[in-house]
Amino acid sequence: MSTTASTAAEAGASDRAGASRRSGTFYRGDPGMWSWVAHRVTGVLTFFFLFVHVLDTALVRVSPNAYDEVIETYKTPFVNLLEVGLVGAVLYHALNGLRVILVDFWEKGPQYQRPMLWTTLGIWVLVMIPGTYFMLARTVSEMFGGGH
Amino acid sequence: MSESLTLDKPRSPRRPAARRNNFELYSWAFMRISGLALVILVLGHLFIMNILDGGVHRINFAFVAGRWASPFWQFWDLAMLWLAQLHGGNGLRTIIDDYARKDTTRFWLKMLLYASMAVILVLGTLVIFTFDPNITA
Ligand code: HEM
Ligand code: HEM
Repeated sequence: MSTTASTAAEAGASDRAGASRRSGTFYRGDPGMWSWVAHRVTGVLTFFFLFVHVLDTALVRVSPNAYDEVIETYKTPFVNLLEVGLVGAVLYHALNGLRVILVDFWEKGPQYQRPMLWTTLGIWVLVMIPGTYFMLARTVSEMFGGGH
Repeated sequence: MSESLTLDKPRSPRRPAARRNNFELYSWAFMRISGLALVILVLGHLFIMNILDGGVHRINFAFVAGRWASPFWQFWDLAMLWLAQLHGGNGLRTIIDDYARKDTTRFWLKMLLYASMAVILVLGTLVIFTFDPNITA
């Protein structure tokens, strides 16, 4: 609570100290706020996924069959799409988390927080394009190409 | 700094009691240290599971048996389980503090959170340590 707020406030403060003051004095509606909202949402989503994920993995203690049946659902087109969403969410949370760590510990972090946000989003897009391709290629070819 | 950014009120007449311990400081540091480790553990896990050698399509019981035959992957999964659970759980604790309006709501939401964390940590740990590749059923 206080940690996120102070990070944002510091980052905002150093913005104002610099030559560029285009963002004014408002944090609300600033990209910094949305990056924090997204960090929170992706963190909660991942936590809930992990809950289900440990339960489904625990089926290996029930029987090979029980596990295989549940894992088959991971391979259906719709769930496959959800997996791309999960990977995108975790990747965003990881990259933005690294940015938050740099803002907190690197002396120049607060000064570069905004360019680091755009860098983060750039890396996200660059990784997600091939990532989505490799995750969905088989599903797409089975649906439209009549098998592989 | 404009007033809209002043989150703490240092001169307000009623201030909360002074901190009695450093728990929040340690948990702040833990979020950052565990985050660094999770970058490797979780992104590595996602890459192996979803991209490498056919991704999800090659996962089944035999695949897991092959991986957990190696102490390296057992340790990887164990570390990932504990760090992700404590990191995510600690994050959720903050979020409950932020949004719960009544103390009783806050209390019960946290009890639910701690109970679910305990169940997942115990179950996940047991599954890794008692895994039996020759299980029949
Ligand atoms: C769709 C994406 C995912 C797939 C297909 C997947 C697949 C698997 C598989 C097959 C296992 C069995 C053990 C092994 O082979 O190493 C496993 C275990 C595990 N995964 Fe994932 N995983 C995914 C996402 C995640 C994410 C996002 C996290 C972390 C937040 C995670 C955390 C874990 C943990 C902690 C275990 C050990 C469970 C236990 O102790 O019983 N996984 N995963
Ligand atoms: C992949 C590497 C990860 C990194 C680098 C990372 C980094 C961080 C950092 C630095 C924070 C603190 C943010 C702040 O104080 O402002 C945080 C918060 C959080 N993280 Fe992670 N994290 C990672 C993985 C995870 C995973 C796997 C989960 C879920 C199991 C998770 C759930 C959360 C939650 C719920 C919060 C609280 C968000 C908030 O208070 O707004 N994170 N993360």
